[in-house]
Amino acid sequence: MTEPLAKPKRKNPLARMRQPLLPPSARSRKAHELTLAAASGRFMLQCCSECGQYTYPPREACPNCLSSDLRLQDTPTGGVLLSETRIDVTSDPYYREHTPWRTGLVRLDCGPSIVTHLRGDCGGPGNRVVLSLQLDRGGQAVFFAKPIPETPNMEDDLQWLELTADPKHRRVLITDGRSPVAVALAQALKKAGATKIFIGVSDRWKPFNEQKSLESIDGIELVDLDLTNERSVQELAMDIGAKVEILINTADHVRPAHLFDAGAANTARDSIDYMVMGLMRLAQAFGPVMRSRGADGPTGAVAWVNVLSVHGLSNAPQFGVHSAAHAACLSLSQWLRTELRPGGIRVINAFSGPLDTEWFQTVPPPKVAPKALADAIVDGLKCGIEDIYVGDVAKDIEARLFDNPKAVEREAGQ
Amino acid sequence: MAFSRARKPYDGVVLAVPVTVPYQRYSIESAHWWMGRALRALSEGAGISHRDFDGFSVSSFTMGPDSAIALTQHFGLSPRWIDHVPMGGAAGIVSIRRAARAVQAGDADIVACVAADTNQVDTFRKTLANFSRFAQDASYPYGAGGPNASFALIARHYMDCYGATREDFGKLCVAQRDNALKNPHALMKKPLTLEQYMVARPIAEPFHLFDCVMPCAGGEAFLVMREDTAKSLGLPFVRLLSAIERHNAFPDDPVQVRGGWVVDRDELYGMAGVTSDDMDFVQTYDDYAVISMVQFEDLGFCGKGEGPDFVRQHTFTIDGTFPHNTSGGQLSVGQAGAAGGHLGITEAMRQLLDAAGGTQVKDAKLGLVSGFGMINYDRGLASAAAILARAS
Repeated sequence: MTEPLAKPKRKNPLARMRQPLLPPSARSRKAHELTLAAASGRFMLQCCSECGQYTYPPREACPNCLSSDLRLQDTPTGGVLLSETRIDVTSDPYYREHTPWRTGLVRLDCGPSIVTHLRGDCGGPGNRVVLSLQLDRGGQAVFFAKPIPETPNMEDDLQWLELTADPKHRRVLITDGRSPVAVALAQALKKAGATKIFIGVSDRWKPFNEQKSLESIDGIELVDLDLTNERSVQELAMDIGAKVEILINTADHVRPAHLFDAGAANTARDSIDYMVMGLMRLAQAFGPVMRSRGADGPTGAVAWVNVLSVHGLSNAPQFGVHSAAHAACLSLSQWLRTELRPGGIRVINAFSGPLDTEWFQTVPPPKVAPKALADAIVDGLKCGIEDIYVGDVAKDIEARLFDNPKAVEREAGQ
Repeated sequence: MAFSRARKPYDGVVLAVPVTVPYQRYSIESAHWWMGRALRALSEGAGISHRDFDGFSVSSFTMGPDSAIALTQHFGLSPRWIDHVPMGGAAGIVSIRRAARAVQAGDADIVACVAADTNQVDTFRKTLANFSRFAQDASYPYGAGGPNASFALIARHYMDCYGATREDFGKLCVAQRDNALKNPHALMKKPLTLEQYMVARPIAEPFHLFDCVMPCAGGEAFLVMREDTAKSLGLPFVRLLSAIERHNAFPDDPVQVRGGWVVDRDELYGMAGVTSDDMDFVQTYDDYAVISMVQFEDLGFCGKGEGPDFVRQHTFTIDGTFPHNTSGGQLSVGQAGAAGGHLGITEAMRQLLDAAGGTQVKDAKLGLVSGFGMINYDRGLASAAAILARAS
């Protein structure tokens, strides 16, 4: 079994804060196919479409029949641990801070032998394990082996914690307490072991329905935060920036407007100021301090989550402005991901279908319950997923975009 | 498919002028400096100008961005035959094979085979990080343990399968250290006991400190030519009786337990007209003792899985039973990058020329040298071996 992760001690203000380091990040272009799978929590390998043989490491031609038609395919995760080692000496500065580091060789049931990171309690060679594809702190796909059956506290394995963004013992900022997902999110984070949850609220004097529910959760603190006001964002960052290990941006602004409506541009400007510029203000205020705290102890800064509409990936005309603003946020999040990478901070996008709330009143089901979205985000943090698709609509659009993005575009609004 | 004909013998192919540029743990020089020293020593040893080398074969991990052609201008060579053999521990024997055919066919008369690498402070880490595409994509990101971590997986599996123990590996390491104490070029100068071996700090289980070679800077070189050329130059020489190479053998083995020698060993002994029992000494590629053990098996000195027993039955010292890695091997001399695969060749040549000094095996007439290299992902891909004989 694994030792449960102890609550971190109070920080010694005299001690030097460790600079974040990343594991080796160079990869071939083909190897990034595994990144594609790992980003959404899938387990996929190259499989030859002519002879059906799975292959690894990623290749340009099938070693069995030399077909170049190697497709990324969902793959059974089971295998046998053939050998293992514990690395005590390494030439890489990142791993040097994390030794001893366990790796093993696993023969997958579908064929290939995989060099993989190994959970501490996989037992010895001969044991059965399951593999998953994870993103390491450099954002690159790596394999991780877990024992079958699962063992106590396995989520606290130190190697596993490097591959995830577990809220346990961490402090979280939810940027918009008025978001319909805020209460469910705070509850889910609390349940996952977050020590403190800051919840940003603008115009505190304006009452809102969820205020009581939020205030009843132990360990939360409502803080002033107006995303449209640069000074407000900066002031909050000066106050709590160094205490935020996970930032979840729940800001949303749903206003239906037809493209040809007089004043549609004004609606768009409001949405973009609140969401896109808001994200940018947050990034400028909180990004640098989070990036610097990526190695600040075992529960240092670890993730930035954007709650996005899946229609940011392909415009839904009945919510055209909303879709466009989310598309801009998506682009900004990719930029942010690059900027936060040196700190090992994960930028996670949770793509949701329409929520079951007032602003989506006219949209037919299926819709996403706020709790489902909240649980999916916390689950994504615990599993280290980068692209989380929540609800049937989002999963449908994900699959269709993978298959044929033009069909999604043509069928939108019909 | 049976296209293969009996191979032409290496009749009349000889090796002369074994050169070792004494190793240094770290060097501020580049690989080219070490190659230059090796070429100078070859030229002095042969008593001819380096411009008379009309063939040039080079192996190095650290000569980038140069290739063999650039080196001709660097060193003022005008060869009519050049070769770059980037095969790590198998490069020495592969270069012999290629050079042998070149001199046999008359494409070249004298081929200078040079292996050299520098070891600047950060060289080893950079070599690991950029070793190969599969290493970059699929092994280096897993702890960046380099060959220690990769071979640890192979060693652990071998121990589980065949009952080898750390003491067995230790016995080979200790014997090689004994041999190295008689070799003035060996970087390791202190005796090693089995107890010291056992309690050394862990590197990557089951490997501890003395299981691992020490990366260093250095060079090894020799000349390949026809017997008549050697005689006209008045050079003492050794004969090449046979040589094999094989790459990516047994790709379906889930873990490496054997190398390509198994495929070709009958040809190795058949071509030479000798058996494994006839060898007066053996120089294996000893990046790790477990790999030497695999070579004892795969080259027919014992059966598969009998390596541990074989080790328990012999001394492996210069004056003992089964003289093995008489220079001290890479484990005690140091691993000078690609030159590591040439170390056994130059040592074997000295043995057969009666020029081995303190490491001389008495009456050595026939020796086997083995090479192994390139852990591309999860296993060493290249295996090679040659049998060399005293001239008369």
